[in-house]
Amino acid sequence: MKSFTEHTGVVAPMDRANVDTDLIIPKQFLKSIKRTGFGPNLFDELRYLDKGEPGRDNSTRPINPEFPLNFARYKGASILLARENFGCGSSREHAPWALEEFGIRAVIAPSYADIFYNNCFKNGLLPIVLDEKIVSSLFKSMYDQVGYKITIDLQQQSVIANGEKFAFEIDEFRKHCLLNGFDDISLTLQEAEKIKIYEQQRRTEKPWLFGAVKA
Amino acid sequence: MSARTLYDKLWDDHVVAQRDDGSSLLYIDRHIVHEVTSPQAFEGLRLAGRKPWRADSVIATPDHNVPTTAKERASGVEGIEDPISKIQVKTLDDNCDELGIVEFKINDPRQGIVHVVGPETGGCLPGMTIVCGDSHTSTNGALGALSFGIGTSEVEHVLATQCIIAKKMKNMLVKVDGTLGEGVTAKDVVLAIIGEIGTAGGTGYAIEFGGEVFRAMSMEGRLTVCNMAIEAGARAGMVAVDDITIEYVNGRSFAPKGEQWHKAVDNWRKLQSDADAVFDRIVEIDGSSIKPQVSWGTSPEMVLPIDGFVPDPNTEKDQVKAGGIRRALDYMGLAAGQAITDIKVDRVFIGSCTNSRIEDIRAAAQIVKGRKKAANVKEAIVVPGSGAVKKQAEEEGLHKIFIAADLEWREPGCSMCLAMNADKLGDGEHCASTSNRNFEGRQGYGGRTHLVSPAMAAAAAIAGHFVDVREF
Repeated sequence: MKSFTEHTGVVAPMDRANVDTDLIIPKQFLKSIKRTGFGPNLFDELRYLDKGEPGRDNSTRPINPEFPLNFARYKGASILLARENFGCGSSREHAPWALEEFGIRAVIAPSYADIFYNNCFKNGLLPIVLDEKIVSSLFKSMYDQVGYKITIDLQQQSVIANGEKFAFEIDEFRKHCLLNGFDDISLTLQEAEKIKIYEQQRRTEKPWLFGAVKA
Repeated sequence: MSARTLYDKLWDDHVVAQRDDGSSLLYIDRHIVHEVTSPQAFEGLRLAGRKPWRADSVIATPDHNVPTTAKERASGVEGIEDPISKIQVKTLDDNCDELGIVEFKINDPRQGIVHVVGPETGGCLPGMTIVCGDSHTSTNGALGALSFGIGTSEVEHVLATQCIIAKKMKNMLVKVDGTLGEGVTAKDVVLAIIGEIGTAGGTGYAIEFGGEVFRAMSMEGRLTVCNMAIEAGARAGMVAVDDITIEYVNGRSFAPKGEQWHKAVDNWRKLQSDADAVFDRIVEIDGSSIKPQVSWGTSPEMVLPIDGFVPDPNTEKDQVKAGGIRRALDYMGLAAGQAITDIKVDRVFIGSCTNSRIEDIRAAAQIVKGRKKAANVKEAIVVPGSGAVKKQAEEEGLHKIFIAADLEWREPGCSMCLAMNADKLGDGEHCASTSNRNFEGRQGYGGRTHLVSPAMAAAAAIAGHFVDVREF
């Protein structure tokens, strides 16, 4: 996994509440058996004027000129500014995969849906929670200044914008994994003995939980 | 020990290790797998040279991509016309065969939607921790289990370690007392709850559904309610174990038998919140006041009783919310103030992990019996949740009632709930749907979804527009 330490980037808006993962990456693209290739179809139904299909050449499709991510001023954006309950709905990890591949390294919003929030950390993408009022002020600054940039310092847990520092909360373990780009399976397997002991005890106490399913 | 909630008990029982930062290593008893969110996890496992920790804890079945017409299903996986869908279903078959995972393949009589198959086979049991790479895994909580959806990286993590790294959620009790009126179903109850607390109302919580209404509700109704806990933002929903739970589980293929059964039941009886357990949040709703519900917008919280009127964004003071209403009205092609009963329906979908069990099929059949689909409804499909549901319905002759009413009787799968197969809405079409999400484009590009109960969907198929099933 890509590590995340400090990042400065252009900010782009996704200015609506309850952005669901169907909107982030529509279902027809979920038929892929790969982890990559979703970037060109991020926000497909908003980004293009026609209907996207897997395998199509996206470079020849009509672009929606009214969708902010298509504006020249947000080109190369790596920080997405969003509203409450971002990433609600389906558990599809294709949503953070698509954001990451598009070039987004961090999302800033007042709140996230739990599964999406969790999925981001598995993919080197940092979802930052800031107070709704601060998020609104960042939206205003972003709309006012072309090429508006924000700096994120994960070690310090701060967002630096407009010369001010805004602190954000993050779980220690997630921070540790993200700073180092750690894959958490290998970390969990370091505790394999504990898992085996627990399992053995359960097999004795509650054997019905281990009844094998049969073909 | 201090008083604990049902969620506290399920959680405590599965903690393998507690970490200093508040996260825990939680043991997973059952892992359900489908074709869409698993291929990258199996690939990751293979690339790292890892094997499943406990292959016999996994049950797999393809559901999202499978075609639902008898014709396309006739020759199994090879008959899937969409080449990309075919590869995905085949990949699941190959992965399961290679790793010795039990899979109910496309034309196995036990195949079906993961969240229907889990409970009905007894693969999902009270007291278990259950995960699946699918947000609607909350469904199984109805059994008195801790069940939640995970992402693909976590699917790989559970395959490799039988555990998940999780932080304990907060406790919420949604208490619905009173008696439901005639024609008011589990679906209406959960839609009313979401309308009340919003789609982010349950974020960060595990919800226990308690109160007289859930105690009186059938197991299938409880599965419907827990299924949509995620639409209220809660990863997990659950209902305490009682006689209804025990009776439901008894005799299912993978349920314990003989002496094991009695031991298990004694244990399961304890799966309820202590009388003095403390919840972080309690929401109380009067069940007697709930009417049949219809969603009008593009989020499940945009829902109204059948006698309601589409809202006016100009009366909403919160600008983000007003913008949301405006965008939804525009997408849905509705006008502020329009009566819900004036919304015409182009297609009807009865199915999905929310409402495709035998009681749902019976409720829909009862409404359409002896009637005909309205001429303006282009298509109305009934998609049973599993091979077992289909068989049961056919034994009861329900399929004949649908066919006589000009509704289509299909093969089991997720179908038009998310339109990954050929079942989808056309641009601008309105659908009375028993599924769980009315997001933009969910049921097809430009499609307009209205979430309703099976009886309400069936009534809309006959009337051609939304009607109050209580007066039908």
